[in-house]
Amino acid sequence: MNVQAWTFLMVAVSFAIYIGVAMWSRARSTGEFYVAAARVPPVLNGMATAADWMSAASFISMAGLIAFMGRDGSVYLMGWTGGYVLLALLLAPYLRKFGKYTVPDFVGDRYYSQTARVVAVVCAIFVSFTYVAGQMRGVGIVFSRFLGVGINEGVLIGMAIVFFYAVLGGMKGITYTQVAQYCVLIFAYLVPAIFISLLMTGVAVPQLGFGGTLSDGSGMFLLDRLDGLSEELGFGRYTNGTKATLDVFFITAALMVGTAGLPHVIVRFYTVPKVRAARSSAGWALLFIALLYTTAPAVAAFARTNFLNTVSDAPYETVPTWFTNWESTGLIAFDDKNGDGIIQYRGPASEVPNELTIDRDIMVLANPEIARLPAWVVGLVAAGGLAAALSTAAGLLLVISTSVAHDLLKKAILPSITEHRELLTARVAAGLAVVVAGYFGINPPGFVAEVVALAFGLAAASFFPAIILGIFSKRMNKYGAVSGMVAGITFTAAYIIYFKLLHPELNTAANWWLGISPEGIGTLGMLLNVGVALAVSSYTPAPPVIIQQLVEDIRVPRGAGPGHELTA
Amino acid sequence: MTNDSHRRYWRANLRYVAMLLAIWFVVSYGAGILFVEQLNQIRIGGFQLGFWFAQQGAIYVFVALIFVYVGLMNRLDRAYEVDEREDGR
Repeated sequence: MNVQAWTFLMVAVSFAIYIGVAMWSRARSTGEFYVAAARVPPVLNGMATAADWMSAASFISMAGLIAFMGRDGSVYLMGWTGGYVLLALLLAPYLRKFGKYTVPDFVGDRYYSQTARVVAVVCAIFVSFTYVAGQMRGVGIVFSRFLGVGINEGVLIGMAIVFFYAVLGGMKGITYTQVAQYCVLIFAYLVPAIFISLLMTGVAVPQLGFGGTLSDGSGMFLLDRLDGLSEELGFGRYTNGTKATLDVFFITAALMVGTAGLPHVIVRFYTVPKVRAARSSAGWALLFIALLYTTAPAVAAFARTNFLNTVSDAPYETVPTWFTNWESTGLIAFDDKNGDGIIQYRGPASEVPNELTIDRDIMVLANPEIARLPAWVVGLVAAGGLAAALSTAAGLLLVISTSVAHDLLKKAILPSITEHRELLTARVAAGLAVVVAGYFGINPPGFVAEVVALAFGLAAASFFPAIILGIFSKRMNKYGAVSGMVAGITFTAAYIIYFKLLHPELNTAANWWLGISPEGIGTLGMLLNVGVALAVSSYTPAPPVIIQQLVEDIRVPRGAGPGHELTA
Repeated sequence: MTNDSHRRYWRANLRYVAMLLAIWFVVSYGAGILFVEQLNQIRIGGFQLGFWFAQQGAIYVFVALIFVYVGLMNRLDRAYEVDEREDGR
């Protein structure tokens, strides 16, 4: 069987599993639709959270990014895992005790203010849409490369699948589908990684092979070889960073805090039966995430070494078939500037002009082919990439539909709506959100990649401080929280929009304020939020006694309740 | 539960959180970012230590920190009798 047949088989089998799971676990009430009736066991919730969190970006793009950034890529590794420590220690248990369904629920109730609720809803919807458009694009790329359909048809197929199980299944359907998707994606990530590690270093565990010696008989450490190769070609040593330390610090913090403030991640901790389970489920989630996140840097180093060995200074006539395959998608381009028919791949520090441009996103997808792994592994990777993109898209669509049906319609506009009508609205909203996301997947606005920084920055500068202060400070009142959120969001959004959308030509370290890049500015926005909130609240009246009792109450686990009643 | 025991429970919780977040900060921002160059002078196998913390070690410690917190809090909940009962109340 060839690569394409294997890919069809892997994708078809995995999709059949998802649909079967979705049918078996479809939602029958708003409680099941929004939070799976809070009955998901912690280990399974951990897996679902991991699949929800690890998107097309984690699966497809991250190892490629690290391969090209070297040590600077650590900001993603630490930034996208460290946030779970904050979640487990500072957020998850208290939000589970609070109960209810959403982040705007907490913000609205804790700050006894519809304004706060609406600010939170708008942020939640914006952040989720930004993300979901990127996922749909990822689905399209995988389909077009491996299944021979156009990117647009690929997006449509992906939309149909997500529509089916997100709209029917709600949180309950999504959670159990995500468990299946986690299994597919982690298997698809580890199998080629283990193969390549064995091939290059003779060690089956990629995390150890990463620090091992090459099995080409030289006895050299892999990382030393990679450092040498990179330096020789003018890229600078792989294990050295080029970003300023302060900027790395701020970017890492913005990603960590942003992760802990993302609504589709937070809502997962409402789905477990107990406060105790919310804590441990964050631990399981990070364990399952860490399995991929500690493998990714190893894959990055293997792929980079392999790539430099295979392509650099090779005659164009003899390049392997994967090279020409990806050339046809336009994601690799060779421009023979000196006409010698040899690929000179060089970095910025080299005197020889560079003749090869390569899109970082293809590293993970092309890696099995570069390492000449069997065809079924290539098919498996395609299925894994789709699992990652679809699981995240579904989780985000649920946040959007919940925000519209529950936070806006039920809580702000039409409180008398019946459960049946609310559930129907949630399904219609999920359906509409799929269509809008699909539209952005097919016609991506040029700035999708740019606004991802905005999504993290806004989550960091808005939700995270508002929730933390709401739990850890009884004195925090609505004036403080709302003015803090508005200050944090305005500052962060203005900085990012200025450098990313209005004046991209000025987006260099010399022009940044204090040398902080737009990716890291969310950290400063968060500090500003906290500062403004504390200052304003100390000059305004304390919150009502009943709110102070609510805060006392969420601080102790006892009394969290067995789960959401159907009429809750 | 009395207000006093409630307060002591919350203080103990905050102490655990502060201790664990200090470790969280040291392994990631400390070893992986601020002191990465100094630690890179130390080698373990093929890894420079700072680089290893930034791309591997910090993540392992994060996972351990959460499970340690789970264990500490389960014990604390029982000691102050605020753990969840089986009937869910």
